[in-house]
Amino acid sequence: MKDAPRIAVLGAGHVGPVIARLAIGAGYPVTIATSGDPADLALITELVIPGAEPRWASDAVANADIVVLAIPLHRFLDVDPGLLTGKLVVDAMNYWPASDGVLSAFEDGASHSRGSSELVAGRLEGSAVVKAFNHIGYHELEDRARPAGAPDRGAIGVAGDDPAAVAAIADLADRLGYDPVRLDGLRAGRVLEPGGPVFGVVLPRSEFGLAIHEDARSLT
Amino acid sequence: MTYTFGLDTFGDRNGDAGGQPLSHAQTIRNVVDEGVFAEQAGIDFFGIGEHHTGHFPMPAGDLVLGAIAARTEKIRLGSAVTVLSSDDPVRVFQRYSTLNAISGGRAEVILGRGSSIDSFPLFGYDLADYEELFEEKATLFAELLKGGPVTWEGKTRAPLLHQDVVPHLESGPFPAWIGVGGNPQSVIRAARLGFGLALAIIGGPPARFAAYSELFRRALEKFGQSPRPVLVHSPGHVAATDEQAKAEFWPRWREIITLMAPERGFAIPTEASFDRETGPHGALYVGAPETVAQKIATNMRVLGAERFDLKYGMPGLTHDQLMTNVELYGREVIPRVRELLS
Repeated sequence: MKDAPRIAVLGAGHVGPVIARLAIGAGYPVTIATSGDPADLALITELVIPGAEPRWASDAVANADIVVLAIPLHRFLDVDPGLLTGKLVVDAMNYWPASDGVLSAFEDGASHSRGSSELVAGRLEGSAVVKAFNHIGYHELEDRARPAGAPDRGAIGVAGDDPAAVAAIADLADRLGYDPVRLDGLRAGRVLEPGGPVFGVVLPRSEFGLAIHEDARSLT
Repeated sequence: MTYTFGLDTFGDRNGDAGGQPLSHAQTIRNVVDEGVFAEQAGIDFFGIGEHHTGHFPMPAGDLVLGAIAARTEKIRLGSAVTVLSSDDPVRVFQRYSTLNAISGGRAEVILGRGSSIDSFPLFGYDLADYEELFEEKATLFAELLKGGPVTWEGKTRAPLLHQDVVPHLESGPFPAWIGVGGNPQSVIRAARLGFGLALAIIGGPPARFAAYSELFRRALEKFGQSPRPVLVHSPGHVAATDEQAKAEFWPRWREIITLMAPERGFAIPTEASFDRETGPHGALYVGAPETVAQKIATNMRVLGAERFDLKYGMPGLTHDQLMTNVELYGREVIPRVRELLS
């Protein structure tokens, strides 16, 4: 791909390597970083994410057009918002108390009724935050990716408040193997969260649209 | 290469022939019988995974293993897995070192989170601390396994100063593994601490884990560790024919995964997803002995695994169905896999 956006994936756990591999396969230049030394990632990138370049997080972000947050949500609270200023940020994280524990920053008071990506965006005031790639399991994301037009292609919800950012991430989802379904604002992205109608399932676009339309969360 | 084969259970609550659940107590006694029978059927290892729910009433598998040890002579016995993060590594070592004493050196442990998260609130741990808890406790467990007095300090339990932890190991460390579900950093950790690698493959194409086996081998070299084995753990059910195995397993699988789906983020199983998972590229080993043997042999080869553990059972299956599974796995599947791999 000519002049493809440069992608920095933050996180080398379950999700990060999968998104990085898909992006490399689609022709994007990809760097990957954790909170630690990139030297510790050398073996992982060589064998599990061939083609990705391990970097320090600050270096990866500084040289990226799109930053994918694929870290546990409680670790996000340790990320310096200044690092991400001016960046297009994909929030692939989930607030999922049953799996990862209760986080007071995502439970207290008014936070309780807001979507996790809205709270993430609240911390990242200088960034354009788009919620995507959070609702398909890491073990399925790669296996179920399909080229455009394939009859069994699945859909990925893309939610954000900045139309240009949403368009860019919809294009990314399409190139990574999924039909993007644009949602009307970050708030509407609540429908993509754990417990919602499309969490953990790969649905074709028509069924995806129906499932989120029928869900009460889409009306809030 | 020497291949070994195990059976794992989570203490899946049995049903009776009419579909009514048996008591927790009867289910546990049945697990003891299945473990004893596993030895008679020629199976190398019997593992019990820690769980804390009504469908899987198995929080103290080490006691059950002790009962099996008293009635067997050869079969190796271990956890699959021990939820180390919400336990005390000193107590885990003591319990399994005791099992090792009772069984004459047949104990093993697989350390991990498994699919059980219920132990965290139960014992007062915060799931958000999972990483730190596991890293510290796995490091301490590796020290304890070396034998001899231990000096250790961390944030997750009281420090130890030249502490003699008993019972002493009779003949060196027993086998210990780290269970990994798809996080490459966990693979690196298993290599760094010198544990075996247990790949828990419960969904999707097993072949995607091949890179993890290679990562493990390369990481062992990097850390100056001697070679360690790779184990594959996957769910399944063996019966006389493919049709029978699927007919027995599918309704139980659908029921329990559907129940767990909202909390765990699993997709609700459909007949299409079940066919995919039980097919040649899926993670479930459900079928007649030949079907299951072919799939095990293929995946052990692809993944460079020396051991395969079939997680048998599912809440609602009967003790008779499980005994048949144990028998067919031991007497037909394992010999056939050995033949295919030789």
